[in-house]
Amino acid sequence: MQKSLYIDANKCTGCLQCEMACSYENYGIFNPAKSRIKIFDFEHEGRKVPYTCTQCAEAWCLLACPVEAISIDAATGAKVVNEATCVGCKVCTIACPFGTVNYVADTGKVQKCDLCGGEPACAEACPTGAITFVDSDWTGFDKMRAWAGKTDNATRASA
Amino acid sequence: MAWTRKILRVDLTKGTCKSEPLNMDWAQQYLGQRGLATKYFVEEVDPKVDPLSPANKMIMATGPLTGTMASTGGRYSVITKGPLTGAIACSNSGGYFGAELKFAGWDMIVVEGKSPKPVYLSIENDKAELRDAAHLWGKTTWETEEIIKKAHQDPQIRVSSIGRAGENGVLFSCIVNDLHRAAGRSGVGAVMGSKNLKAVAVRGTEGVGAIKDPKAFMQATVAAKKVLADNAVTGQGLPKYGTQVLMNVINEMGALPTRNARDVQFEGAGKISGEAMHEKRPTDGKANLVTNNACFGCTIACGRISRVDQNHWSVVNSPKYWGASGGLEYEAAWALGAAGGVDDLDALTVANMICNEDGMDPITFGATIGAAMELYTMGVLTEKQVGIQAPFGSAQAVIELTRMTAEGRGFGKELGLGSKRLCDKYGHPELSMTVKGQEFPAYDPRGIQGMGLTYATSNRGACHLRSYTVASEVLGIPVKTDPLVTDGKADLVKAFQDATAVFDSAGICIFTSFAWSLADVQPQLASACEGEWSMEKLNEVGERIWNLERQFNLAAGFTAKDDDLPQRLKTEAAKTGPAKGLVSGIDKMLPEYYKVRGWSKAGVPEKETLARLGL
Repeated sequence: MQKSLYIDANKCTGCLQCEMACSYENYGIFNPAKSRIKIFDFEHEGRKVPYTCTQCAEAWCLLACPVEAISIDAATGAKVVNEATCVGCKVCTIACPFGTVNYVADTGKVQKCDLCGGEPACAEACPTGAITFVDSDWTGFDKMRAWAGKTDNATRASA
Repeated sequence: MAWTRKILRVDLTKGTCKSEPLNMDWAQQYLGQRGLATKYFVEEVDPKVDPLSPANKMIMATGPLTGTMASTGGRYSVITKGPLTGAIACSNSGGYFGAELKFAGWDMIVVEGKSPKPVYLSIENDKAELRDAAHLWGKTTWETEEIIKKAHQDPQIRVSSIGRAGENGVLFSCIVNDLHRAAGRSGVGAVMGSKNLKAVAVRGTEGVGAIKDPKAFMQATVAAKKVLADNAVTGQGLPKYGTQVLMNVINEMGALPTRNARDVQFEGAGKISGEAMHEKRPTDGKANLVTNNACFGCTIACGRISRVDQNHWSVVNSPKYWGASGGLEYEAAWALGAAGGVDDLDALTVANMICNEDGMDPITFGATIGAAMELYTMGVLTEKQVGIQAPFGSAQAVIELTRMTAEGRGFGKELGLGSKRLCDKYGHPELSMTVKGQEFPAYDPRGIQGMGLTYATSNRGACHLRSYTVASEVLGIPVKTDPLVTDGKADLVKAFQDATAVFDSAGICIFTSFAWSLADVQPQLASACEGEWSMEKLNEVGERIWNLERQFNLAAGFTAKDDDLPQRLKTEAAKTGPAKGLVSGIDKMLPEYYKVRGWSKAGVPEKETLARLGL
């Protein structure tokens, strides 16, 4: 079964544990500047929103790469950057409609979420369940369940 | 290692920024943040210095766990001599600024001298420079943050700044970072303003990597986070209600100082409580509370984000207060509300937003309004003098006085000096609810006896965050003690003071201590920091820090006479509630406390005590 990162922004408090977990997993350092997941703070609306690569099925970053440095991890479905091949041309950063592939000046390569090989550190670190790693075919499960609860006759009767 | 081992020394007089190695011997004795910065400060500054003179210094300091995955590891403190008190000031803030400073590669910034013109300090990793701030002077903290981010074309910069209150020398002005987090007490913002330093803007991309034993550290932080999640206070109460979970609890206990501590219970407490923030307003059908909010690294998330009714009279012509913004914490709700007998939740929320916007400590400010309202009610202050009617209970007065003080207009200039100077001026010094010139917060020492000793002996003037015995006396953490008795409180206060000094020096939030004891912090520090960090050593570090601060205050001219509470708390008994008939037993607790501390009857640390602590 393939799994996907599932993000419920309503649960995000903006603690950035995910950003630190990401940088620690990939670079062995606590450094949000090197995180592949980013928390956006819409402060005047009181909303914090985690955002990262959704691992498109038709991945434009992969298609755009002139040196075939981005490949599909067969086990996880993640689109993974091979740093040894990447030449840092940044075409993928232009091709990605969502901005989730970014250049890293320190390495001269691009980076993006690779689902940590199937155990995403961000989901593991998230204290509120805003980021979970769930069945790719059932990312709507929790929402369905919540609505199912509301349409149940027993609930209506007791309300 | 956890420390970056670098401090940034900024000489505003000369306009220079220099890097220095951190004194690692001192780091082993004082840990970081509060303790280590106090050591630097005490070594470099004359205790008799005028707090608002160029000779005073101001240190912004992170701890070894700041910028790590330790829960709440995002704190920084501002250490200076406080203009409100004349004592050592140490104000702690969350948000994201502290971690960003660490990520830029700095353990602390030592700011000295005075700039000839307004400047702001811009830090991008190891690059630090002073930039002209003429265009920022006169701006609020919110405007300042926005302008700096735009000018640098970098929305990821973190900014710490003063508002107009800090510029105008309001003696309880604070330094605000990330819009609504603040190094709040003792007037640290006025020190920054006196130096013509408007803001510190930081972007750090280097990260924190020098952890002694990363694997052990990750295990320790994960275990400690579980302790927070499983605890009823840090796992449920604080995320849901914030510190406002206390409003009804403390009121029920008869320990909510009301109308300048004339009363110990407030009939309007329910209307300004954490529960009320969840309730839908009849006017627009929406709740005051939008969501909870975390500071950097925090897995508790007690912060409040609120939105007021756009049609509320206080904001009807001010769209800038219509959006979501930092909401009421318990202390602010008490100070702006109960201390003046005001129960209009949205009005208090707006007053609190103005405090964030222009950088004022709502505790001292609200308590000062309470004192002014009492003077007004007595007829000592008149409508002509104040400029408006200001009786107890007037939400309109709170809003207007907040604006006047933030902007430095009219009677606001007098309020901006705090309640001690106000009450002295109008011939009623007994009406100032202060210790060492600083207003005490939202726990009445008649109903929670340990807090009386906490206030009287706090090194930065009255404060709840130096030994929060409420944890024990109200919540039973770590053991339940009777709030109405004085027995055993000397030992309790000392233990809390020493432990708190360690939390404040580590880079973590004191709110973790609802669930964590030092034994939960120790494995995190020991795996992160170079050197041996046993429980024994940490306890000693805490006690050493406390005594160092005490020595500074004694050298600054404070004596045992200043370890006292306002007369009212000692002579006017609580009128209602469980503490009815009680006054504070401070006179009984204080000599016991000196003894427990190893201090003389005059409150001076004995030679043996100092020798034991290596002072």
